[in-house]
Amino acid sequence: MTRLGETLLALAGAAAVLALAYAVPWLRFVLTIALAKGLAVLGILLLLRAGQVSFGHALYLALAAYGIAFGTMAVPEALVLIPGAALLSGLVGLVIGLFVVRYREIFFGMLNLALSMVFYSVLEKFYAVTHGADGIRLGPVTYLGRPLAGEAAEWAVLAVALGLALAFGALVRVALASPLGEALAGIKTRETRLDFMGVSPRRVLLAAYVASAVMAGCGGAIIALTTRHVTPAIAYWTTSGELVFIAILGGAGSVLGPFLGAAAYELTRVYAAALVANAWQMVLGLVLLAVIVFAPGGLWGMIARRRPA
Amino acid sequence: MPGTGRGGRDAGVWTRREALAGAGATAGSLLLSGRPAQAQGQKPAEIKVGIATYLSGPASVFGVPGRQTAEMLFDEINAAGGIAGVKVRPIFVDEGPGVDHFVGEYRRLVQSEGVHLLFAAISSADCIACAPLSDELKRPTLLWDCGTQRIFEENRYTYAFRTQANATPEILSALLYLLRAKPDFKSIAVINQDYAWGRDSWDIFRTAMNTLKPGVKVAAELFPRFGATDFSTEITRVLALRPDVVLSTSWGGDLDALIRQASDRKLFERATFVMPLAESSLQRVGKALPPGHIVGARGDHWFLHPAPADPERLKRFTESYRSRFNAYPIYPCFHMAQAVSAMKAGLEKAVAAKGGGWPTDAELAAAFRGLEFPSPTASVRIREDGQGLENQIIGTTLHSERYPFPVLTDMVVFPAETVTTPVGQKSADWLKTLTPEMVARLPQALAFR
Repeated sequence: MTRLGETLLALAGAAAVLALAYAVPWLRFVLTIALAKGLAVLGILLLLRAGQVSFGHALYLALAAYGIAFGTMAVPEALVLIPGAALLSGLVGLVIGLFVVRYREIFFGMLNLALSMVFYSVLEKFYAVTHGADGIRLGPVTYLGRPLAGEAAEWAVLAVALGLALAFGALVRVALASPLGEALAGIKTRETRLDFMGVSPRRVLLAAYVASAVMAGCGGAIIALTTRHVTPAIAYWTTSGELVFIAILGGAGSVLGPFLGAAAYELTRVYAAALVANAWQMVLGLVLLAVIVFAPGGLWGMIARRRPA
Repeated sequence: MPGTGRGGRDAGVWTRREALAGAGATAGSLLLSGRPAQAQGQKPAEIKVGIATYLSGPASVFGVPGRQTAEMLFDEINAAGGIAGVKVRPIFVDEGPGVDHFVGEYRRLVQSEGVHLLFAAISSADCIACAPLSDELKRPTLLWDCGTQRIFEENRYTYAFRTQANATPEILSALLYLLRAKPDFKSIAVINQDYAWGRDSWDIFRTAMNTLKPGVKVAAELFPRFGATDFSTEITRVLALRPDVVLSTSWGGDLDALIRQASDRKLFERATFVMPLAESSLQRVGKALPPGHIVGARGDHWFLHPAPADPERLKRFTESYRSRFNAYPIYPCFHMAQAVSAMKAGLEKAVAAKGGGWPTDAELAAAFRGLEFPSPTASVRIREDGQGLENQIIGTTLHSERYPFPVLTDMVVFPAETVTTPVGQKSADWLKTLTPEMVARLPQALAFR
């Protein structure tokens, strides 16, 4: 699909999100969460381009979410907290990245999983600080110095999430078309060739890894500001699995895929839960199976196939 | 405010089902017409109650009996003509997927389903998250089962009320019972699940124990993983340390496995177990749990309660649950019954206060403060801070030929006021002011008949 086509689709999607959030007030929350998860999946998409799957990106979601939860006690300004939380995730991503980019495929995935579960245990074990599974309730937050609550705060978070989604979407779109993006694809096809060209695959993967940590951090920050309550469940491996699930559902062909997947995932989940409260997991499973069987390229794949560029 | 739609929606705004049609998310069978917005203070066609409970995951051992009880009691209310002539309808949501999903579900229930009140939740995290939300969305919410004492000690809410006790009375009564039953114990070991409840409950127990009986040696503090299935390490350790008492506030599959494995390795013969939540496991573990151990029920919940306020009411509750679900009711069933009873009493009070008119959300919420309502075994009063005052029952296991599982004997029913943290105080501070005379003043123990 052409750049213009994708831009128009992205803007149409953003308009649709705003329209839906206006018309159906309770969906505002669901859509904000979907955008937040979409941001994190966008980071995973970068790694997928290099053929690597991380089963531990919930670590960065949780780092940022807890960063926000503790941060509100000191600085209650959202527009300071969000970059701060993303920076925290990015820095930790850099340190962890130095180790994990030495590994590939299943080892890469499992090492990430292990580290995220270490953080989960820390959140549970340091009970006096984190309140364990009960979690931390966020204090009041200001946006540009204005204390917002209720509906105004919901709109503010949604606007921030939408802005971040568009900005990072554009950034990743550019990055994937740049030499860095091509090098990432090179890691997937044959890594040694990169070495021969004088490009360090580790450094390329590290850059992508840190970027993905920052994006997951932004997602985690949005989730914390939306739910206003953080628990260790956000660091659990099922959350990481969810992100990979969304990546598959949305398709890795375009930067729109993660957001499409996240919206489809969240909407399927709430509607399934509303219809069959005790079997919603089955509905979700069947949807994923259907996507794998009938649309191996994910939801984006279905769209792109219908509208060849 | 007459004319304001439920959830603040205007006439032209979509309902969930219409949104669903628009999104084209599912098949045609669901695309029913939208429900007209109900006005505040107008008698609704039916009372919709959103009920958050665990339908999946380990805590469904509590969530499913809770749901069953709700279905049974809602049917009973409707068969009797509803509340103030209006039928009631439950809408269940699953707490299984965690807090962020639950917060979304809470909003959906209020803003899309237009529920008139909510029962939430089993998980303490869900309760902590939804209590501020109830004030924000201005919808009366009954906290029906969660344990944490933090909610009303750290905050004040206008729309959230708890129709049962909290962790402090539940754990303190078990300790008081132990102090009377086995006053000369010298050492204790704890085996709790490694999460908030396991840690919190041990904190309460230890704080109160250090106040009432200083100098008890804590032989071991063991926190096996939540959801653990193998307790051989913990049991070996406790067998070697030989403490007089073993405390475990675990529940569900964790507690069942611990009881069975401790029973196989004769740990029950070496130490007295104190298990404040074991009433909910008795029917599953059966007589693997030997007689002579201390068991609690998170309230005065026991289908063989020795002195119920209305014996007929308890018998009817037990029998209808048993005939419908083929099990004796356990504590979440009683907690659900209390929430249903509170809803009925609160609505009737609010309707009566309006001289037969239908209350607004704010008027209904105000009716819950200070409300006293019957429970299957006694009655519960909601204090001015929103916390429920509920009696506690603790007993000792006994094997009877009449039941295939242990029953309770030497039961002590603790009056709620004596074991609950007073309004405006924090449990951690209040527990430090207790005096040993408290143990001497305990009510008489009642034997199994």
